[in-house]
Amino acid sequence: MLYVAVAAGSFRRYATYRAATVAGIVTNTVFGFIIAYTYLALWDQRPHLGGYGPAQALTFAWAGQALLAVALIATGGLDELQERIRSGDIAVDLYRPADLQLWWLAADLGRAGLQLLGRGVVPLAVGALAFPLALPGDPPTWGWFLLSALLGVVVSFALRYLVALSAFWLLDSSGLAMVGGLSCMFFSGMVLPLRVFPGGLADAAQLLPWAALLQVPADILIGARTGPALLRGLAFQAAWAAALLALGRLVQSAATRKVVVQGG
Amino acid sequence: MWVRSTLAYRTSFALMTFGNFAGSALDFAAILLMFSRVRALGGFTLPEVAFLYGTCSLALGLADLVVGNVERLGARIRDGTLDTLLLRPAPVYAQIAADRFALRRLGRTAQGLLVLLWSTGRIAVDWTPGRILMVPLMTVCGAVIFGAVYTAGAAFQFWAQDAAELQNSLTYGGNTLLQYPPTVFARDLVRGVTFVVPLAFVNWLPALWLLGRPYPLGLPVWTAFLGPAVAALMAAGAALAWRHGVRAYRSTGS
Repeated sequence: MLYVAVAAGSFRRYATYRAATVAGIVTNTVFGFIIAYTYLALWDQRPHLGGYGPAQALTFAWAGQALLAVALIATGGLDELQERIRSGDIAVDLYRPADLQLWWLAADLGRAGLQLLGRGVVPLAVGALAFPLALPGDPPTWGWFLLSALLGVVVSFALRYLVALSAFWLLDSSGLAMVGGLSCMFFSGMVLPLRVFPGGLADAAQLLPWAALLQVPADILIGARTGPALLRGLAFQAAWAAALLALGRLVQSAATRKVVVQGG
Repeated sequence: MWVRSTLAYRTSFALMTFGNFAGSALDFAAILLMFSRVRALGGFTLPEVAFLYGTCSLALGLADLVVGNVERLGARIRDGTLDTLLLRPAPVYAQIAADRFALRRLGRTAQGLLVLLWSTGRIAVDWTPGRILMVPLMTVCGAVIFGAVYTAGAAFQFWAQDAAELQNSLTYGGNTLLQYPPTVFARDLVRGVTFVVPLAFVNWLPALWLLGRPYPLGLPVWTAFLGPAVAALMAAGAALAWRHGVRAYRSTGS
């Protein structure tokens, strides 16, 4: 119950930044147009690149813009936690009768929920009006897509949580956050769908955790993953989510043993 | 002072500059990945697209290096520190631009310059002195145009304080757009960035002249040389918007 309240509070908190949300929607929409046209030029040369048709490629481009802010593909997003670790406020948090990891996960899910309503829905709708997208017509596929996007947010959170916890040792984890953000941009499929990568790189990239953020949900949305492949995709995401959350828990217990509270 | 302060933390400076370099190189990685699968995009070869990429990245990098910091205006209005700057006997604009002057932004500039140098030897251009001169000229004009967009975007924050991301769609979005040839995009989009926000003058029009390519929208050849005039006009417009914004500014208060 507590964590539901945390998520709801986080949702309301982000809802107050209205101008920022509108600005974000405009930016995602502008980038959606630019990337969609470059994909069209690419698929005009190679009509079945990566196993996608032109409409599927366009849908992938817009799905990327819709999920960018939801799964926080480009940026850190847990700066606040990192700052609390650096300043020592984390000692107060650890004293609270709530689980640190679950608390931040709930807050992140609340944030993602609001971003999905604004920066997720609007760009995808604009894209669907401007281009012939390959969006599913049946509700179950939309349901699977949303579940997959949710798992993507959890994997994204688990990765960013690990980066933020590194502040216990590094004090300033902004360098690591930057490297994490760059790998995330490249290996999530944001730069180019992973299936379009050349040869072995495409196969390797699809095994990494970042593939859970955009590649799997987008493939479900455009109908490139159905039946057993869809279930395999969800299992892949769930496995990475569980493994990374467990690792985060391990690192967290090692870190909290390290905390020394300066008395007054 | 900010230069010395950033250089004091050498490892951090090196890491951030590298990150800046790598972050902007992701765009070029996308282009390289695309060209690993095709031989031309919109009828343009890899060196030609690299030339477009290099010129606009360098222009944006220079603009970002000098005035990119003005986008922090919204944050300064929110926390009230803008008032401190207004009290000082120096132009507010110069103070905001110079505050936390980030030398690490050299990363993008260096990366754009590298790609530009790589491409100039590989594009089919008969390099006369006039054509050689065109490259630095278009870079400087492009930097002024992007600088004007940064400034106008910041001036808009006097009214919409947490809309800093809005100008990203014009600066970084414009940069991504200009990396690809105009033949890739719909005519209305090309019209928009030629006549509404004249980003096409940053690199598209002068580069098409250098490459001997037809112009989009049937524009006459002399439009390739309008860069300085467009840059001057945009700078004047941005200065007006900024001045108007400062006059209209009322501190936050309670």
